[in-house]
Amino acid sequence: MIRLEKRPQPSRALSLSTPIMAVLATFFFGGLLFVVLGKDPVEALQTIFWQPIFGEYAFYYRPQLLIKGAPLVLIAIGLSLGFKAGIWNIGAEGQYIMGAIFGAAVGLAFYPAEGWYIFPLMVIAGALGGWAWAMIPAFLKVRFGTNEILVSLMLVYVAEQFLASMSLGLLKNPEGFGFPGSRNLQHYAPAHNAELLAGSGMHWGVIAALIAVIFAYVLLAKHRLGFAIRVTGEAPRAARFSGVNPARLVLFCLGTSGLLAGLAGMFEVSGPSGQITIDFNVGYGFTAIIVAFLGRLHPIGILLAGGLMALTYIGGDIAQSNLGLPAAAIQVFQGMLLFFLLALDVFTHYRLRFGAAEAA
Amino acid sequence: MKLTTLMTSAAMVLGLATSAMAQDKTKVGFVFVGPVGDGGWTYEHNEGRLAVEEEFGDKVETVYVESVAEGPDSERVMTQMALDGADLIFTTSFGYMDPTINVAKKFPNVKFEHATGYKRADNVSTYGARFYEGRAVQGTIAGHMTESNIVGYIGSFPIPEVIRGINSAYIHAKKVNPDVQFKIVWAYTWFDPAKEADAAKVLIEQGADVILQHTDSTAPQAAAQEAGNVITFGQASDMAQYAPKPRVSSIIDNWAPYYIDRVKAVMDGTWESQDTWGGIDSGMVGIGEISDAVPAEVKEEALALKDKMANGEYHPFTGPIKKQDGSDWLAEGETADDKALLEMNFYVEGIEGSIPE
Repeated sequence: MIRLEKRPQPSRALSLSTPIMAVLATFFFGGLLFVVLGKDPVEALQTIFWQPIFGEYAFYYRPQLLIKGAPLVLIAIGLSLGFKAGIWNIGAEGQYIMGAIFGAAVGLAFYPAEGWYIFPLMVIAGALGGWAWAMIPAFLKVRFGTNEILVSLMLVYVAEQFLASMSLGLLKNPEGFGFPGSRNLQHYAPAHNAELLAGSGMHWGVIAALIAVIFAYVLLAKHRLGFAIRVTGEAPRAARFSGVNPARLVLFCLGTSGLLAGLAGMFEVSGPSGQITIDFNVGYGFTAIIVAFLGRLHPIGILLAGGLMALTYIGGDIAQSNLGLPAAAIQVFQGMLLFFLLALDVFTHYRLRFGAAEAA
Repeated sequence: MKLTTLMTSAAMVLGLATSAMAQDKTKVGFVFVGPVGDGGWTYEHNEGRLAVEEEFGDKVETVYVESVAEGPDSERVMTQMALDGADLIFTTSFGYMDPTINVAKKFPNVKFEHATGYKRADNVSTYGARFYEGRAVQGTIAGHMTESNIVGYIGSFPIPEVIRGINSAYIHAKKVNPDVQFKIVWAYTWFDPAKEADAAKVLIEQGADVILQHTDSTAPQAAAQEAGNVITFGQASDMAQYAPKPRVSSIIDNWAPYYIDRVKAVMDGTWESQDTWGGIDSGMVGIGEISDAVPAEVKEEALALKDKMANGEYHPFTGPIKKQDGSDWLAEGETADDKALLEMNFYVEGIEGSIPE
């Protein structure tokens, strides 16, 4: 008889090694999947993981990794603070959208004025938009005890409707022949989040993501608030005895994650994407949840996980084009990664016991 | 910064040139917005791709990436195809417009074909189909077939393309049935079976016994089948699995002849940037078999209308037509020009409700 027994302490060694084991398991079973689809598994894995970084056209893909990874890391860092404290913001996608709308709206309001102050104002507006959207579930939770998971998730759909409305109405490009979508901010220099060095992929969103990683690291390691977050997640009762104010923690965690998601949306709309359109959001807010857990809710881990996730997207598209792999196979492959991580995660908290249960 | 831009593009062009020389096959890339198995929009574009392969055999190599999000992801996928030596790239969604132009600038030797957009360049063509001609046929059938006089319409997004279809269908339904009324639901998606099914159910509950859809899945067909006495039309592809009822006819996007033409032009070195808007006459808009659920005389009338549009005798937007607010749009005998059609952002007189903003 096999059963699971709770470990007195989560295994530290396993906690660090499960992401690597999960990646290896994904390689193995993903490889099997590719074999079943009639593709050479080594070639497929090589296309997904090797080509973007070291292949012939790496000079193009490496910057793309930054562009794809930055919003994931920025959002995931914010989410991880709350997740550590048991505060579940599932609606980062909505906060991302609102940040983009607020940021873009400010930029478009100034069109066609010139001025160095336009972009900083857009950054502030974007952060504010995301923060405000996250404060709705935060306030409702603190005031009325509502469930922040449901409220934040539902607000994603509200934000999507708002986005559609903005694309078709208020922010629609007046020179767009009636088609939906705003002006392209890439063509409006004062509002354009351009690459800091052309071809490098480095834009302000990447810088912001790196700053967020450092900020979160210091906060969690050194600051009293970081201690409050950790202790609340691990032992809520003890936290209350040690003087942590749960309401303020909820406001801080949801607010910060909303703010960072809003920033991510703002940097995306003013840079790589350029436009408010109906389909502007592509799921960064949800994928960031995976990134946060893949990175063990640790800032450095999240940085690596964001890079890995970006790699599977970029490599996955190359594999589709070059090897004729269907998109669904790539999605299954990405899904495996999270599945194995969560499955193996069980063993950091539990150990396998063989033999009959001991009599109590 | 200028210098680095120059160097990057030079490197890209160089990379392209070397890989292009390594092969004498013409490489054609396709960027799809949905999965090739969507049974609608992307499915038909993929059929066009397969037709290109069949036509040219060994002389051509096609590659595709499906479910590519509009925005930076599509830009990356197009760049990747160009880097890997594509000679011609079809980008098959409106939202790929600015990315296509961006990538085309970096690869002046690669030809691009963007579906349904309005921005062109020396190496970017645009193409689209006059689906409103198909809508005229559907409207005629719908007007005759409805008993409740309520026709339900599932719109995707309130953009000119979709509004044009609604107006065309309404004008022709009204012509054969003055009492007809349109109920319009906006799904805000091109492809989402769950939302489309919900929209269809709402319309059926409101008394609609004919459902027209401008979304790509077969979910509304399934909802109509379940409800019983409701008819539908296939969208983008034939959706013949729901014939003879609920699906009584369909609009089929037939991109194959156009794709074959353009690939051939690249092979012959005669490719030039152009704007194509094909209708029933060129075969780009196909009308699926009208099933036996439609009475013979209605079928005959619908087919006659189709023929009149095919040989240019009749334009679906022929005056007198007023706008919804009662103002004049087209005078007696006047036909709408393409510019007015492309920018259409109003309902014609008689349609209730307003276009969402």
